Amino acid sequence: MKMYDDYELIVIGGGPAGLGAALSAREHGLERILIVERDVELGGILNQCIHNGFGLHYFGEELTGPEYAARLIDRLEGQAIDVLCDTMVLELIPGEQGHTVRLMSMAEGYRSVGSRAVILAMGCRERTRGAIQIPGTRASGVFTAGTAQRYVNIEGYMVGKRVIILGSGDIGLIMARRMVLEGATVLACVEIMPHSGGLTRNIVQCLQDFDIPLYLSHTITKIEGRQRVEKVTVQEVDDHFNPIDGTEIVFDVDTVLLSVGLIPENELSRAAGVEMDPKTSGPIVFENGETSVSGIFACGNVLHVHDLVDYVTTESEGAGKAAAEYVLRCAHTSHKRTCEKTPYISLVKDETVTYTVPQRIRVQCVDDHVRVFFRVKTPYKTPRRIVFRDGDRVIASFRRPYMTPGEMEHVTLKREQLDEVLGDELTISVEEIR
Amino acid sequence: MKEYICIVCPRGCHLAVDDENDYAVTGNACLRGAAYGREEAMHPTRVVTSSVRVRSRKHPRCSVKTDIAIDKSDIAKAMLLLDDVELIPPVRRGDIVIASLFGSEANFIATRDIDE
Repeated sequence: MKMYDDYELIVIGGGPAGLGAALSAREHGLERILIVERDVELGGILNQCIHNGFGLHYFGEELTGPEYAARLIDRLEGQAIDVLCDTMVLELIPGEQGHTVRLMSMAEGYRSVGSRAVILAMGCRERTRGAIQIPGTRASGVFTAGTAQRYVNIEGYMVGKRVIILGSGDIGLIMARRMVLEGATVLACVEIMPHSGGLTRNIVQCLQDFDIPLYLSHTITKIEGRQRVEKVTVQEVDDHFNPIDGTEIVFDVDTVLLSVGLIPENELSRAAGVEMDPKTSGPIVFENGETSVSGIFACGNVLHVHDLVDYVTTESEGAGKAAAEYVLRCAHTSHKRTCEKTPYISLVKDETVTYTVPQRIRVQCVDDHVRVFFRVKTPYKTPRRIVFRDGDRVIASFRRPYMTPGEMEHVTLKREQLDEVLGDELTISVEEIR
Repeated sequence: MKEYICIVCPRGCHLAVDDENDYAVTGNACLRGAAYGREEAMHPTRVVTSSVRVRSRKHPRCSVKTDIAIDKSDIAKAMLLLDDVELIPPVRRGDIVIASLFGSEANFIATRDIDE
């Protein structure tokens, strides 16, 4: 047996994306699957998200993060899917016949394992103080919200007493409530944009419920303190995000939590030569989640940052199915070459749309329809049309009563609509309804 | 008049609830919004989630939640009860951590398994 036959599929990451992908690949006929997870247990970041609100779409009920993870982990039972926890993937090396994954763990040391297909499901990580360069001293007490969440919910350490939160992303909002419930005072949540980055539900239940003020178009311009954070200066910003003199507000706090964005964790993908999309910071993928490297697929937050885990699971099931089909049908060299040569159309966006996933569609490979996920650049409070055009011809058009950048949108393009595209580009734009 | 942002769907309608006029709701775009606004004004409730101590080397905390939504005004009181709890493994999700909060039907239950 050649080394690339060790496994049919290796899934990198055992969070909601990896679990969904592995289960789906198993369901679609693969028999030798390995999940590699760097934490000591499966479940990924769901394990520290102890609040509820997960699963409304996928399971049809409201679950906490650990419960959502457990539902997926329970399904692994009896499925003959190998799992390696506490194991780090050091390198992914693509090959003609199959791919090589280099692993390291305390228990088993260094290993090299081969697989026909690989699914990237590494998730994302948080932007840090360094990424946004807040001036001031380097006192202790500055945490990313997710790190604080792990300390409080998993490890049982309280991170501070008087807290300010920068960024109104969902994790920041969730942590505002969590800190108050655990006895801290949260003085403010500060957001540089003129609109909140989090779900409305979280603004209401995490800030308003506890009378925490939200400062829009404001940012932290200075962090002071010798050993520990002592005070933080907040300023209003102008349209170009420059601080406005004279608007300084000083807060006496010992803790700063940052919720300033998430970055898909793609070091492995980049090193493997996977083509990346600068807008999503994730791989460019085709209609079935396959990256530019044949046999390597991506799903979940490593592909693009989702706001609901339910969508991650659904997307990952698609990638798992596609990987299974690839292994079972396309692994023959001749077939693979045909796949690689299949022409595709590129989805092009105008200035109203931030990104789309997938970025490329191989029309011949679309069975019936393809779901296109996208985010709008600015909020729309009144109805708009989402229009797909091939040159001047409208291929498809969808109406939405309202849209916001904080909520990912999706539309379904049918195969017969895609068949009408003559060029190699399809343009997506948000337009007024005439 | 009380004002709320509806959280039933992502649209986020700004609701006004007239508590002097039979809790009439305006600003809603759908019936679900009206029901939400009325409920928020008359009897706001929340599911409370937190974590408690566990006698375990691997997992120092176990996550818990109230199995039904409790009165919003009881949240702080409910949180204080959790301070005195220490679970001994094995813990199974769904295990009752604190039964019938304040004599109600609500319990704090574990939301994860801890084997050892």
